[in-house]
Amino acid sequence: MALMQATTQAIRHELIGLGGVVERNWYLVKRYIWWELAFFLWTAANTLTIVFISKGVGLSAEAENELATKLLIGAVIWSYLGIVFEILTETVAWERWEGTIEYTFMAPLSRPVHLIGMGLFAIAYGVVRSTMLFAVMVAFFGLSLPNANFVAALILLGIASVSFIGIGMMTAVLPLISPEKGTQLGFIAQGLLLVVSGVYYSVEVLPEWMQWLSKISPATYALRGMRASILEGAGLAWADVWPLIVIGLVAIPLGLAIFGAGERYAKRHGKLKRSG
Amino acid sequence: MSQPAVFVSDLRKEFVRKDGRFKRARRAALDGVTFGIERGECVAILGQNGSGKSTLVRLLSTLLLHDGGSASIFGHDAFKETRAVRRLVNRVSVEASFFKKMSAAENLGYAARFYGMGHGETREKIPEILARVGFPPDRRGEPMEALSRGMQQKVALARALLTSPVLLLLDEPTTGLDPRSKHEVQEFIREMRSLHDSTILLCTHDMKEAEDLAERVGILDRGRLLFLEPVEDVKARYGVATLEEAFFAATGRSFEDEKTQEDEEREVFA
Repeated sequence: MALMQATTQAIRHELIGLGGVVERNWYLVKRYIWWELAFFLWTAANTLTIVFISKGVGLSAEAENELATKLLIGAVIWSYLGIVFEILTETVAWERWEGTIEYTFMAPLSRPVHLIGMGLFAIAYGVVRSTMLFAVMVAFFGLSLPNANFVAALILLGIASVSFIGIGMMTAVLPLISPEKGTQLGFIAQGLLLVVSGVYYSVEVLPEWMQWLSKISPATYALRGMRASILEGAGLAWADVWPLIVIGLVAIPLGLAIFGAGERYAKRHGKLKRSG
Repeated sequence: MSQPAVFVSDLRKEFVRKDGRFKRARRAALDGVTFGIERGECVAILGQNGSGKSTLVRLLSTLLLHDGGSASIFGHDAFKETRAVRRLVNRVSVEASFFKKMSAAENLGYAARFYGMGHGETREKIPEILARVGFPPDRRGEPMEALSRGMQQKVALARALLTSPVLLLLDEPTTGLDPRSKHEVQEFIREMRSLHDSTILLCTHDMKEAEDLAERVGILDRGRLLFLEPVEDVKARYGVATLEEAFFAATGRSFEDEKTQEDEEREVFA
């Protein structure tokens, strides 16, 4: 009985802590609302430069609509992945910048719950921002999506996000190990992941060794499945779902293990402290 | 016999630094430190910059791994039972360290959630604690960056108190404060001791503050703890009138002496 009460209490504490992580990120979004707007405009401009490529190729209206949608999905996924990786990397980088890192890391909240809290906020925030970006671009280009199955696309994105969070945990460790260069290394990891995943093209155009890498990238299946759902109205395809489940089951424990090893390294070498 | 609040034995911590282009050298930030603190006691550790005070605090806060020796907090191993230790300890350091755009109330709420305190618990407790540290109620919603250094340090004290720590680690909590803020913080530390029976480890380079607040005073010099005794015993041991003179008698250097090259290198880590 006492053990059960202690377990219930411990779970309650962890859930409150998880809520605290999400709540803090929400406060920061509200307080930096102008930054948020600026980043959104920057992403929108970036997406425009990519989707406009479809206008210059000289295709028929129908083919142009298809290419524009394909490019748009690639740009939106790039943006979504950027948000997820950035927020998870901020687990360390932002706290170090603000100087709160020591207080957060000496608090009695388990690290997996801390990281999962960051991941949950990243998904919620990323879905809202990416949906807004997608809607604005569809309206801007007047894209026609009569068959789109948005529910299937969102569910697939949700399944893929488990893997993205796992990989994000691995990149979040970089600022812990290298306070000066870690964040930038995270951007490189994001870029490499998308290059091998067919972000604006089919993976078949890649060299063979890159095609092998594309098989272990969750973004490959997310991009392929979402394009099929939005352009052709396809439902969830098991061929896309099972690899995402397998990669997610591997990525989360691996991400936690790598972050744990990074935290021990930082504690050993005195890197778990504020910058400046 | 009851177990001590803190027991540190032969504690060692070294950091690796670049020594030239390819070589790396290990330097001891803490070199075989041994001491104990009884429950409810306030102990002050004095030391110059780079003496190892912050390293000691960070080791006891579970933010560093040791290279030798041991440390226990209320019977829990500080390096193996970190979850248990973290529930018992909180700290106030020289930098207030908050999310600058968030308000005092938001920052305290965030800190409290990590200790398992929900909204229901903090709704009343945060205003109550902020009032106790003398923080004006009408400024609770202002971003931290709009507050003075003294105000920020009061919020830092409130953050530490909010989680009801049984061991409070104070790492130069009054450094850089104006005399009035300094006095208020010191008064609050006294109040915490008398009302909450907290055990306090105060690391400072302010000798008067150490003498005023602590029952025993120690000097940490280049990673070594020279002594940890009541101030009068220290003075009697060296036959001197002040702690500054005791430091000189123990080390052959003045407490305010310019740092040597070695001290400057140590300061990077300690």
